[in-house]
Amino acid sequence: MSTLTFAKWIADAPGWVLGLSEGLQRFLFQLFQCFIYGDRWKMYLNGLKITFIVTLGALALGVVIGLILAVIRTSYDSYTVTKPPIVLRILNPLVQIYLTVIRGTPMMVQLLIMGFVIMMPKTQAGGIACGIITLGINSGAYVAEIIRSGLQSIPKGQTEAGRSLGFNFFQTMWYIVIPQAIKNILPALGNEMITLLKDTSLVSVIALRDVTKQAQNIVSVTYNAFVPYITLALIYLALVLILTKLLRILEKRLKKSDH
Amino acid sequence: MTTDKRAVITVKGLEKAFGANQVLRGIDIEIDKGEVIVVIGASGSGKSTFLRCLNCLEDPTGGNIYFDGVDIADVSVDINVHRQKMGMVFQQFNLFPHMTILRNMTIAPMKLLKMTKEDAEKKALGLLDRVGLKDRANDYPNQLSGGQKQRVAIVRALCMDPEVMLFDEPTSALDPEMVGEVLDVMKKLAAEGMTMVIVTHEMGFAREVADRVIFIDEGVIAEQGPPAEFFGNPKSPRLQDFLSKVL
Repeated sequence: MSTLTFAKWIADAPGWVLGLSEGLQRFLFQLFQCFIYGDRWKMYLNGLKITFIVTLGALALGVVIGLILAVIRTSYDSYTVTKPPIVLRILNPLVQIYLTVIRGTPMMVQLLIMGFVIMMPKTQAGGIACGIITLGINSGAYVAEIIRSGLQSIPKGQTEAGRSLGFNFFQTMWYIVIPQAIKNILPALGNEMITLLKDTSLVSVIALRDVTKQAQNIVSVTYNAFVPYITLALIYLALVLILTKLLRILEKRLKKSDH
Repeated sequence: MTTDKRAVITVKGLEKAFGANQVLRGIDIEIDKGEVIVVIGASGSGKSTFLRCLNCLEDPTGGNIYFDGVDIADVSVDINVHRQKMGMVFQQFNLFPHMTILRNMTIAPMKLLKMTKEDAEKKALGLLDRVGLKDRANDYPNQLSGGQKQRVAIVRALCMDPEVMLFDEPTSALDPEMVGEVLDVMKKLAAEGMTMVIVTHEMGFAREVADRVIFIDEGVIAEQGPPAEFFGNPKSPRLQDFLSKVL
């Protein structure tokens, strides 16, 4: 698409524009150039789609990984007197290594290694999968510690009551401990979700065309950084505000049993 | 006929150690069907540990516990199946605060016994009615008083149709005016022929309801007998000393 210059734009501009001050004219030109010309607003939307997919995918993966890791760590720690079973004695150090490595290296570096050393995706779909897996693995490490603190916050008597009714360890966790823990950890989990949503902006380094990458592309064709990047910031801000609102509604609903 | 008495639980040489701390030092006892056993002892004597070993909430470190003929102290036994038949009531109630009273009572029968929701609720409501709490079925535990919570805890355990009920100081966390309502429920249960093992400090209750009272001291059964004889004519100096302090 040919580059649109201010001179070319003002020549075709409707009459009311000509009556404005030059500063305002230039601002309108920037908006036109960054949103309307060549249907560039669609680029933001397409980018948002990728951002959403990666966020939701990574979130789901992170919670699943986090839950599994937290249950392993908690059940290992629950053997205070006797020795834990062999499976736990093998798994627990592996979990420790995972947590140390993931929390000890930058997300950006993890993306670069996953994108250019391990998975090396060739297609857009492959790139999305790579982004989800990397962010999910990363988030899982943080979610694990959040969930672990939540599980530990539930009194031991709850587990004992569950076990005494005949539930096994996992049923007790699933029906009794985890639902109560979720309520306690929701604020911390919400923070992690917000962090994750914002961190998806890093997937542009593995050539994923998320909303950040799209804004960068628009800057590179328009030589105008102001409008795309401010727009980008506003988009993330709006998403975070919506997420915060949803979490607050959820928190309120879960508070139902606190009388 | 009372000749069909058979042991529901037979405990042989039960030991429990927490690290270097030997709490139970070899306990032997047979608990017959329909028998009400009250366990007393000073704090730290091992009486609660003994009770918690009976359904393996604490794993025994030695000895055998035969329940329906199966040694549940054996780690290769699936303890979860046997726990379904052993109800337990705790000092701190341990109701599930995120569930309604009804859900507290129906979740185990529905998930473990595969009862339908209708059947489980019908049964739960019937039991709640018996302890005078039917109108609280849809409330949450935090809306109930301590005595009400404990009555719910008892009927929650009963929903699984247990063969034995274990009580771990069921009235110790209650305000004095609520102790009676809980003991009344337990008395009714005893009168209906439920096999019960009760750790308690309520000596009046023990005298009235127990078939046998057991005194645990330093991890062994130091003395046992029917309540009249146990309280009226204690033999061991330790029991005499203990009773002189609590009565």
